[in-house]
This record gives sequence, structure tokens and C-alpha cells, in this order.
Amino acid sequence: MKLNRKDIVGLKDLTVDEINLILETADGFRDIATRKRKKVPALQGHTVVNLFYEKSTRTRTSFEIAAKRLSADTVNFTASESSVGKGETFIDTVRNIEAMHPDVIVVRHGSPGAPHMLARMIKPGVINAGDGAHEHPSQALLDMLMIRDEKGGFAGLKVAIIGDISHSRVARSNIYGLTRMGAKVRLSGPATMIPPGIEKLGVTVAPTIEEAIRNVDVIMMLRIQLERQNKVLFSSLREYGRLFGLNEQRLKLAKKDAIIMHPGPMNRGVEIDPYVADCQRSRILNQVTNGVAVRMALLYLVTGGGN
Amino acid sequence: MIDPAQNIDGKFDVLIEGKKIVGLAKPGTGKRKIGSKAKVIDAKGCVVAPGFIDMHVHLREPGFEGKETVVTGSQAAVAGGFTSVACMANTVPVNDSQAVTGYILSKAKQAVCKVYPIGAATIGLSGEKISDFGELKQAGVVAYSDDGRTVMNAELQRRIMELARWHDMPLLVHAEDQNISADGMMNEGYVSTELGLDGNPAVSEEIMVARDIMLARFTGCRLHVQHISTAGAVELVRWAKKKKVPVTCEVTPHHFTLTEECVGDYQTNCKMAPPLRTVADRAALIKAMADGTIDAIATDHAPHGILLKQIEFDKAANGIIGLETALGLALKLVQKKRLTLPRMVAMLTQAPASILKLPGGTLRENQPADICIFNPDANYVYNADNIRSKSKNSPFINWELPGVVRCTLVDGKIVYTG
Repeated sequence: MKLNRKDIVGLKDLTVDEINLILETADGFRDIATRKRKKVPALQGHTVVNLFYEKSTRTRTSFEIAAKRLSADTVNFTASESSVGKGETFIDTVRNIEAMHPDVIVVRHGSPGAPHMLARMIKPGVINAGDGAHEHPSQALLDMLMIRDEKGGFAGLKVAIIGDISHSRVARSNIYGLTRMGAKVRLSGPATMIPPGIEKLGVTVAPTIEEAIRNVDVIMMLRIQLERQNKVLFSSLREYGRLFGLNEQRLKLAKKDAIIMHPGPMNRGVEIDPYVADCQRSRILNQVTNGVAVRMALLYLVTGGGN
Repeated sequence: MIDPAQNIDGKFDVLIEGKKIVGLAKPGTGKRKIGSKAKVIDAKGCVVAPGFIDMHVHLREPGFEGKETVVTGSQAAVAGGFTSVACMANTVPVNDSQAVTGYILSKAKQAVCKVYPIGAATIGLSGEKISDFGELKQAGVVAYSDDGRTVMNAELQRRIMELARWHDMPLLVHAEDQNISADGMMNEGYVSTELGLDGNPAVSEEIMVARDIMLARFTGCRLHVQHISTAGAVELVRWAKKKKVPVTCEVTPHHFTLTEECVGDYQTNCKMAPPLRTVADRAALIKAMADGTIDAIATDHAPHGILLKQIEFDKAANGIIGLETALGLALKLVQKKRLTLPRMVAMLTQAPASILKLPGGTLRENQPADICIFNPDANYVYNADNIRSKSKNSPFINWELPGVVRCTLVDGKIVYTG
């Protein structure tokens, strides 16, 4: 089976079959990381451009390692978002890169919809590595691979996502993907961080973290973005941690075998207790490992590879 | 012939001499009355209406002549059946002085329709210091407005209204609480949630409409709410009118035609201020147009080049051009029987003329011969190549629209035939 699209811009429009194909392909790539020579020739002769308009360490590194393990040539292009009248526009930058004939452009951009605009305009494949508060498909797919590893599947699984849902692209992509695969998603966070109409995406909203995580199989904690503090979404980090932080006591409410996930970077002591982050049930570092395999799968599939 | 100001909806010859309308005659008798040398414009199958008046356009001159000029804007206007337009003050420099008003009026001499400048309510649209209202009025502005921005300081707004009333001029307000709307890029609701875009909720408009209604009641100033877009704001205006507060309001064709869903795949031509709202809001607007709560149709014609539209959604400019599509979109409501044809004509003629106290807006004797002749039953496809405006930022490109403008006259002179 092959992926019948040149771009991965979000999970909103991926089908169950496509998600399964990506996860299975990623699963197959996983053992490359444990080999002595961590390289296969699958994308030899292909050029992958990482076009990052926002700061990123793990996602960019993860995509770069993924591309290199597939033997693609990678170029990192870190740009600052220029406003109109100051320097080159986004489209012009991309057109210039396109003129050098890359095969895939991995793009992170602060503007929601920027990768979608790009995908419409250029020939190379586009992989969205995060667009504003909209989507972060590779993150959600690696989360889903993690969940599948642990739980064997998605049907009927209860997943809680806690934090600033309004500004979270990780939450949106996970909601699309998990609900499509049959999981039940519960959200919780301060009222100011729950966007209007979110229930229409097929999720439920719980007023407290306690209600949200009761009996769940998976707890996904979101990073509280410190830089959003001036937007008066909550009174203080201390208050947030007290009301919505995941601690040992709260963890007891979830199923005994519930796992803890976090897309990183973590604010230890705010959304997650420092000990809980490192406890046996935490899969936070495994997520990062899975990230490379998922990104290898995405690069492989958008360039026409199949299993 | 339809002339709501005279309550006329029937078959007549409209007699013109020089720049003025000299009377009406039974069909076919006009020529006898006015003399055999008279030129006859055959309007068979068409509606003859007073020339439309758009009380809300941006002509971009001075400052942004690449987007539009007074002349190109006037050409777009007459193609849409408009014979008068009132242009907002957000030019560079801002129209907050007689020098800028004079400059616009000097450019208007080359225009094919009448152009009435609106003066800024505050210097530089800063919301901080009141413009020289007397000087601006003398120079020729017909109203005051900080359109595009809201005077956030209620005390200042009170003084602005007191002075506007003293000068017997209306104040046109862009109602939006800028603290609430902040970085909002579209209506706040399910669609903004889905797209991950910051929302601008209906309440940001409603708070300011409520505040300004109370200030108008307090000061007696003639208040006009621009581009009303929410069901709640309409409710507030309805209440105010019942209480005899001197308030009027306008609606744009895009707000009574489109909804937030149209933003769809980040369509920058659906990015507006105020934003496109919900289906329920649109229904409330249409109802209020029919019952008279909303007085006028105004386009908020806002030309932008591709540099501000073919970019990331959050960086794109607000607004669309509207002069050439207003009639067609309004007629769609008439076709759906949501609005009568005379009511539609009144909203494009009599209402704006009365709010801004402009000549025209009626075909009464001695009024200027500003006339729009259109065929309401003919359809056309609005296509980018035929746009008269210098900018082409419209979500209606390739729409099939009813209502072909056959002829536009300004001061008795044919300025457009289609």
C-alpha cells in the first residue's frame, strides 16, 4: 500500500487506513535505531529541506535524524518570520527553495494554515511540523504509535488531554487522530484554555483534572506556555500547578496501567510533578524515540514509498 | 421606476434637463413634454432607480494609490450603479485636516461619481485627541469617523459626540472592543477552534454598540453604527430605535451573504473586520434589513493588493472590494424573497442620503439627475478580468450574480453603460 498524497498537513483529513499505514511503516523502521549502522538507502538521492520559522529543537532534530537514517540529503533552513515590507515573503522564500528541486519540505510556521498554503502552491511534498495553534501531525502520530505499542490499539481507549487546549496544535492533531481511530478523548483545563465548540470535534470536556483522568488509559499533559502569561489566561503558574498539575495523588485516579505522556518541553513542577515525570508509567522519552521512526515513515511515504 | 423616497414603484418616464431631474411623465409621454430633441434612454425591462450611494468606501488616496485611487474607485462605483461614495479617513496621511480633505476633493474633480470625504474623529485615528471638527466640516467632510478603529476611551467618545452634535454632523462608529478582539482574526467559535486561529467574539462588537448607544442617548449625537455584524448588536439597535435614540446602522453585502465557514481553508479574502459571523447572525441581519432596524447597505469597499492577501492568513489584511458586487448580492436576497425590491433600493439610496444629508437618493423634481438603470433579471459571472477596481481582493470572483447595470448617470451625464 502507498500513501496517495504528496503532503501531510494535518490529521484532520487522514483516513483510518492512512493512519494505520503510517504507524505500521514507522513500526518497521524502528529497529534501524538499534542497529550498529543506523542507515538504510531508502531515500538516497532525495533532498529534504527543514524550513523552520519557529524555534524548535526536538522536532527539527528528529526530522533531521529521520531523513539522514533514510540516506536523504538534509538542509536546515531557519528563517525568521518577516512581516510585509520587511524582507522576503514566506512564499518567495519557498519559491526560491523550490527552484533548487528539493523532494520534501518540512515546515514549521507560526501562522495557522501556512503549510496548507504551501502545499497548494508548490510541487515538492510538504510535511507540517507545526503551524501555530492548528496542527502538529508528526507529534500526534508519534503519540499514537506510543499508545498503540502500549495498549495494542485505540478502540474504546480513554485518553485525557490536560492543559491549554486553545493554543495547542498537539491537542488538535491528537483529537483528530484519536477520535478517528475510535478512542474516547476527554479534555480538561482552565475555562480560558478550552476553545468554544471543541465538543463538536467528538470530545468531552471535564471541569477538573480529577474528573478528566478518572479511569483513563492514557494521560497526555500539555506544556503550559510561559510566554502566554501576558494574555491573562490564568492567575499564576502556582495556581495552575495546584489545580491542573499531574501529581502522584491524582495519578491514582487513572487506571492502574495508565501511561503518562507529554510532548515536551516540560515545565517540571508546573503541569507535571518532577517525580511523576520520571516515574515508571511515564513514556515521555519513549515518545521522543518513536518520533524518529514516525518521521522516517512520513518522509518515506510522501516520496512515494510503500510497504 | 422605483423611488422609495416618493413611495413610487411604477412605470414612468424620468425627465432630465441639464444636471437635474425636472419631473416624471406617463410612459411614452416624456418626449412630448420635454421637447423632440431630447435624447431617450430606453430602459425597457430594467429598473430605473436613484443612483446608489455607498456611505462606506476606502479609496486609498492619498497614501496607497497602488491599491486604489479616487478615480479608479469612482470607476468601480459607477459600474456597480453607485453615483456617490463617502470615503473613510484611514489614508496616509489620515484625513484629519482640511489639507487632506482638500486634496481628496481635488482628486474627486477627475472622478466619474461624487465623492464625499469623511473626516477622522481623532487626530491620526489615534483615539487620543479630537480632530478639528469645525475646520473639517468647512473643508467639506460629511461625517466624522475613526473607521477601522474604535475610540476606546468612553470619556473621549462622549466629548466627540457632544462636538459632532454641536456641528450637526453624524458620527460613524466601527464598534469593536480592541482589548477583547486583540489578535482575533476571525469570528470566535467552532470554526476558529478548528482552524487554530485566534477568535474575535461577537461580544467585542456588542459591548461597543451598547456603549455608543448609551452615549448617543446621553449626548443627542446622531450615531451611525458601521458594518453591523452580530445578532446581539442588531438587538441593541432595535432597542435604541424604540427608545428614540438617534441611531442608524449599515450592513455590508459580505456580512449578509457569507458566514465564518467561508474562511474554510484559510481564505484570506474572507478575512474581514468585523469578521464573518455565524449562520444565526446572518439570519438576524437579513431580518433586520427587512424590518428597517438596519437602515443602509454599505460596501466597506477595501482594496488590497496581493502583497497583503496572498500571504499567511494571520498576516493578511482585513477587507474586500465591494462596489461592483453589492447590487448583485442584494438582489439575491430579493430573489429569495427576503427583501422587497423597493426596500433594497431604499437601503442603497434614500437611507444613506438621509443619514449623511447628501443630495440625491431620490428622483424627485429638482434633485440631481443621479440615476442607476439595472436589469434585475439578467445574470452575469463576476470575473476578475472585468473588475474596475485597481485591486481584485474579492471572495465573489466567479460567482454568478443577478442584476446587470445598464446605465449610470451622474448629474444627467452618462458615466457608465453595461
